[in-house]
Amino acid sequence: MKAALRPEAAAEMIEEGAVLLVGGFMGVGSPHRLIDAILARGTGGLTIICNDLCTPEKGVGKLVVSGQVSRAIVSHIGLNPLAQQKMMAGEMQVELVPQGTLVERIRAAGYGLGGVLTATGLGTPVEEGKQIVEVDGQRFLLERPIRGDYALLACHHADYAGNLSYLLTAHNFNPIMAMAAATVIAEPEHIVPVGMIPPDAVKTPGVLVDHLLGTAP
Amino acid sequence: MMDAKEIIARRVAREIRPGTLVNLGIGLPSLVANYVPEGIDVFFQAENGVIGLGARPPEGMAEKSLTDAGGGFVTAVPGAASIDSAMSFGLIRGGHLDMTVLGGLQVDEKGHLANWMVPGRMVPGMGGAMDLVAGARSVVVAMLHSAKGEPKILPECTLPLTAERRVDLIVTEMAVIRPTESGLELRERGPGVSIEQILAATAAHLIIEGDIPEMELD
Repeated sequence: MKAALRPEAAAEMIEEGAVLLVGGFMGVGSPHRLIDAILARGTGGLTIICNDLCTPEKGVGKLVVSGQVSRAIVSHIGLNPLAQQKMMAGEMQVELVPQGTLVERIRAAGYGLGGVLTATGLGTPVEEGKQIVEVDGQRFLLERPIRGDYALLACHHADYAGNLSYLLTAHNFNPIMAMAAATVIAEPEHIVPVGMIPPDAVKTPGVLVDHLLGTAP
Repeated sequence: MMDAKEIIARRVAREIRPGTLVNLGIGLPSLVANYVPEGIDVFFQAENGVIGLGARPPEGMAEKSLTDAGGGFVTAVPGAASIDSAMSFGLIRGGHLDMTVLGGLQVDEKGHLANWMVPGRMVPGMGGAMDLVAGARSVVVAMLHSAKGEPKILPECTLPLTAERRVDLIVTEMAVIRPTESGLELRERGPGVSIEQILAATAAHLIIEGDIPEMELD
């Protein structure tokens, strides 16, 4: 069974320079209380791997504003003008990755694969410096796995065994990231007694989850 | 009189076939959903993880965990399914998505699309656009014919490409153009638009054969 942590206690585990996989799509399905605790603690030099850098006022976008992010691997930064400025000024290193490639690179790490072959990105700047592999006459880019030190997830229900379920479009990268980090911290909206989440509704089995955040007071 | 975006959205809507899965990009392409003909049974996908995207919710009835790929609140239609990002892009790359409608900055004579960045000026990131163009069974570009008087349909794109794949159809307020192996074929004219006007607003060579009808829009 997993004891519920306060957000501050979870944030204390995360060291300077850590590589964070953060769930969410424009902040939907992001662990907002955990992000706020990291913001308050001021942990710097972070690498953020997330679908997007959200907006300056929300989600991981706040960590960009506070200067805590030195590197980002994301598919979109268009709604965070500060992220674009910092990238162009060379203050933050940004690797833009096609969204489907990003999720598969994370999945590859979590599923023990040496990489992914995809046609996405061929003929574009994304292919620069990458190996092109031909399979049965079709060309693919070899994309390498991405793993994190920590996966910071948001979910709808959790139980104290660590099982997680998600709602609607708040799944996004969360179930995939749960497989791809050394330490997995989940921020549920509700914690329910063990046995309350039907086994068929568990999208992330508890064996993958190291720590749960307590629900908001 | 219809505005340019409505003309484009109405014309693209006529491309939607019954029983298909369709992804509409944000902005202009999202307007297409408003003009799908009655009785056409179609599921819209939003790549953030829903099949069966519905209309905007009534005021005060938004669910914070149900948004579209632009982050705006939406509803889901009966029969909808929610999925994670890996399956969402598996649908796109795996040949399960029948059609995508995307905006464009430039399209060229090879049917190449550039729609994700202007180097040094606008670098928002490609989001799902590269996967959509590389993977969808059919790619429709829905865009204004020119940008501030500058042609967007060019001999060769000057902006970085979104994919090396040839798109299937270009719909603007002035023209419907089908990219083929031999070049860009002009298929239809916008309402009240002459071939001379189309040629004047297009930098690329257009193949014009036979009578070019006006778009049907209802």
